[in-house]
Amino acid sequence: MNPNNYLILAAILFTIGVFGVLVRRNAIIVFMSVELMLNAANLAFVAAARNTGTIDGLVIAFFVMVVAAAEVVVGLAIIVTIFRTRRSASIDEASLMKY
Amino acid sequence: MFAVIGAVCMVVSKKAVHSALWVAFAMINIAVLYFALEAPFLGTTQIIVYTGAIMMLFLFVLMIVGVDSSDSLLETIKGQRLLASLFALTFGGVIISSISSTLASPSVGLAFANASYGGHMQALASLIFGTYLFAFEVLSALLITAALGAMVLAHNERWTPRKTQDQLQRERTLSNHVTPMPAPGVLARNNSVDTPALLPDGTTSIDSLPNVFRGEGQVSKPNSIEEAGK
Repeated sequence: MNPNNYLILAAILFTIGVFGVLVRRNAIIVFMSVELMLNAANLAFVAAARNTGTIDGLVIAFFVMVVAAAEVVVGLAIIVTIFRTRRSASIDEASLMKY
Repeated sequence: MFAVIGAVCMVVSKKAVHSALWVAFAMINIAVLYFALEAPFLGTTQIIVYTGAIMMLFLFVLMIVGVDSSDSLLETIKGQRLLASLFALTFGGVIISSISSTLASPSVGLAFANASYGGHMQALASLIFGTYLFAFEVLSALLITAALGAMVLAHNERWTPRKTQDQLQRERTLSNHVTPMPAPGVLARNNSVDTPALLPDGTTSIDSLPNVFRGEGQVSKPNSIEEAGK
């Protein structure tokens, strides 16, 4: 496969992730879309590393995975806490938090 | 590509569980792409961390939040979906056109870089524990902080002291229901614990349900023997 196709695939995945974040209102699905965007970035890193013949991109992708894991843990804990108090996982209702 | 199929199905599927499974599918396909891109370590890490840990965490949270909590696909903000698709299309178009216009060089491949360290794993190890050692340490601190934060967020304070067996027994004897509560109904159509038992007069008994299911909208349907028979 042409190496640039990987980058284009990463861009498509990222775009789908953006669309998911904008459209869906279930907090968990929004979160999964964010994960998808992180994955797309990872794919771009790995493809770029292979294009340039350096290892650094792989290491950065690995670090991104670790950060994503930490972020998921905290984010899901927040969702569970909001769900406990509000009995809903819709992000429309969490806007009441600002008052 | 299958990854795109998985991603699209994730965005459009109505139930959150289906979305989670589609994301797992997309992530396995991305792992396959990593293998194809000469990154076997990242591929296995992707499978273990993403499909193994993160998506299963998502599924657990989905079970806590309620598997049936499907989105209402109604728009609350008028024209939100149209504007969002326009924005996403523009965004994707800009990114893809910029990528395809700038990059045309053939890929170098990792063989040379790997050989200079004496192997793929050796190369990764010398970068992680050498050049990027500080970032690695900071990441470990981040992971510990995240674990602690999740524990603090998910922790439930117990406001009343736990009842002893003696107290529980006393309460039960003094209440007017000494025998065990009725068991949840096991009906021809439905044998789950959220089905209330049917009393002889055809009404349902809320006492037969576990506490979790007594809330509004949690009890499943049969309100009479006739209804359960359908």
